[in-house]
Amino acid sequence: MGLQVFWFIAIAVLWTGFFVLEGFDFGVGMLHGVIGKTEAEQRVVTGTIGPVWDGNEVWLIVAGAGIFAAFPSWYATMFSSLYLAMVLLLVALIVRGVSFEFRGKRDGATWKKTWSRLQTAGSLLAPLLIGIALADLLHGLPIDSSEEFTGNFWDLLSPYSVFAGLTLVLLCVLHGATYVSVKTDGELRERARRLARRSTVVTGAAVLLFGVWTQVVIHHGAFPDFLTVGAVLAIVASSWLLGDRREGWAFAMTAFAMAATVLTFFIDLYPNVMVSSTDAAYNLTVQNASSAPYALKVMTIVAIIFLPAVMIYQGWTYHVFRRRLMTPAAAGGAPGAS
Amino acid sequence: MTNLDLARLQFASTSIYHFLFVPVTIGLAFLVALLQTTWHRRGDEAYLRLTRFFGTLLVINIAIGVVTGLVQEFQFGMNWSAYSRYVGDVFGAPLAIEGLGAFFLESVFLGLWLFGWGRLSPRVHLATIWAVAAGAALSAAFIMAANSWMQHPVGYAVVNGKAQLTNIWSVMTNPVFVWGYLHVLLASLVTGSAIMLAVSAWHLKHDAQVDQFRRAASLSLVVLLPASLFAMMVGSHLGVIETTYQPMKVAAMEAQWDSCQPCSFSAFQIGGGKNDETPTKIIAIPHLLSLLADDAWNGPVTGMNELNQQYQQQYGVGNYVPNVFIQYWSMRVMAYLAVVVFLVALLGVYLLWRKKLMSTRWFLWLAIWVAAIPFLMNTAGWLLTENGRQPWIVQGLMQTSQGVSPSVSAASIWISLSIFLLLYGTLAVVDWTLMLRYARKDLAPEGEADEHDLPEAAMAY
Repeated sequence: MGLQVFWFIAIAVLWTGFFVLEGFDFGVGMLHGVIGKTEAEQRVVTGTIGPVWDGNEVWLIVAGAGIFAAFPSWYATMFSSLYLAMVLLLVALIVRGVSFEFRGKRDGATWKKTWSRLQTAGSLLAPLLIGIALADLLHGLPIDSSEEFTGNFWDLLSPYSVFAGLTLVLLCVLHGATYVSVKTDGELRERARRLARRSTVVTGAAVLLFGVWTQVVIHHGAFPDFLTVGAVLAIVASSWLLGDRREGWAFAMTAFAMAATVLTFFIDLYPNVMVSSTDAAYNLTVQNASSAPYALKVMTIVAIIFLPAVMIYQGWTYHVFRRRLMTPAAAGGAPGAS
Repeated sequence: MTNLDLARLQFASTSIYHFLFVPVTIGLAFLVALLQTTWHRRGDEAYLRLTRFFGTLLVINIAIGVVTGLVQEFQFGMNWSAYSRYVGDVFGAPLAIEGLGAFFLESVFLGLWLFGWGRLSPRVHLATIWAVAAGAALSAAFIMAANSWMQHPVGYAVVNGKAQLTNIWSVMTNPVFVWGYLHVLLASLVTGSAIMLAVSAWHLKHDAQVDQFRRAASLSLVVLLPASLFAMMVGSHLGVIETTYQPMKVAAMEAQWDSCQPCSFSAFQIGGGKNDETPTKIIAIPHLLSLLADDAWNGPVTGMNELNQQYQQQYGVGNYVPNVFIQYWSMRVMAYLAVVVFLVALLGVYLLWRKKLMSTRWFLWLAIWVAAIPFLMNTAGWLLTENGRQPWIVQGLMQTSQGVSPSVSAASIWISLSIFLLLYGTLAVVDWTLMLRYARKDLAPEGEADEHDLPEAAMAY
């Protein structure tokens, strides 16, 4: 296996890691006002991701920088083609990111409500836009012989791409609600569990349709591949496990469904990294968009050293914050007790 | 305005804005780690309360620093696609290493530190704030390595019209990087300690919790004095290095059109811009420019006219002179203010030593306002280094005008620029009000839960 292929896999893994981790953060962000009715409850729901969301978002940064380093042409063409979508994505990520810290910094209903709304909107827009952006890579954008985008904003919004974005949003909702059911107790746990369970039907259907549609787009017939089938089965299983109050296992299933969906997408994209709808000869591929062997070798050594270390200490974070959270009232009014 | 002007304006706005928060993060993270270490070693409860107090200010800043860092990373591809295509092989590696090796460290351990009070053992919890400080400082290292490559490209070869990395070690030992990075670290310490000093001085001036804030004032002064001195010395040496690799940058910061030897430094001058090559130097200090540029009493400085001719022969017809006004004044704003900060720190340490800090009310007033200065200096420093590289985006290899995204229209950039400026402005106001609010609060009593502490059930998942 050449280093170019290795780096394509590495980038697919980084995006997958990003969605498995930040996916539930997005879900929690979208749902914190639905699952949490009171201010105290909303604090608990957001608190479930408080210690971890920032580290999770770094997966996106590294995925982006990884594309830059390993496939400069892919990075250049993708980010400039998707210009306005990227602007919106940045706005969504910015307001959502600061809302975590700013929301609790003042009392007052208006202040909290404003940041809550911004967090909900940002958490919904981000996976929607990233989904659209990634799907555009596979669906194709007007790209000319010098690897430059020749279309306009509306070319980014093909029905397939928008549907991919919606599918990701639904997966985040399921994944996030399941996460809250794992991380809280009492009434919140119940509400999150019921909401997650209710969302499985729509999410499962969307993932299936997305899998089929992807096959149609890449002219591989109309049968979803085995990973998509696996994702759908995992969603069905999560519904059953949630009904059985085995939230931990259900979360493993939703994580698998998310990972399988993102990985399928990258498998179907290969060996292209960006399809040109103008002419297949202008496609950016793993071969023609990559850095030279020396740079890839350096990056490979760096990744082999750091990525396992990151996984270990990030995994440790989840161990440290493994306990379920509850509202001060439910805990008997003793704030800070652990 | 053309799409090139707009793209430059957007990049400058984002970078300057981002770098208002970055040095605060790097500097304050280190100082908070020092506070917590002192508490850990001495068991003095005041240091614990100070740790949490300044930790809150740190976190408010990190929030904006992190999210604007996202824009930084995306905008190379968004606005500078031709540049990204050309340099990605070299430039992408330090950015990716930054994410993997530094930013993960900072972000993950920030979560552990913020929410880990009472959940982690004190020793492990102390280690987490040091990991945050190390991550923040390391993060700047890789970004500076990437930027230094644009100032003085090393360890590469141009193959098929693109720069290719040939030696990562050269990139990481680039003299512009080594000294530039040290300069950034020291500037961050100056920024962080100036803020801590200002906040402490405010409380001392209001006779609030004097006993505790005197400790914070002492710590910040003890850091500020050497940091401001070394920042000047390192910055001065960086100037000498830049004379070797970017002589135009140095000639322009003195508005030196003709070559000279020895060269005087003007304290102020009138004119000196594009159409006025014989400025009126108000106070000319003999030999000082020779010393600054070459570290030699009689060192020569090649003038901009001669350099421009050399470059025209080497790179073809064009104008290779950067904006002289920005160069000249950004250098002076930075250098003069650095002296002011150093003198204030010196005075503060003297008052501390004579035990007169509390009774010298005007000094407390002064120390509050001095906190604004590092932000001006940091901005001036970046203007100096980035404007001085123009018209190049990568010195000698690619001009800025060739690096811009051909597919992104001026209209698109107008939209994004307006959105970003509106967002940055709003966030600045929110950040400022929150900082003031939290900086003026009393220290929380020991053991009081803050918003990050939530009750946990006995049951784990």
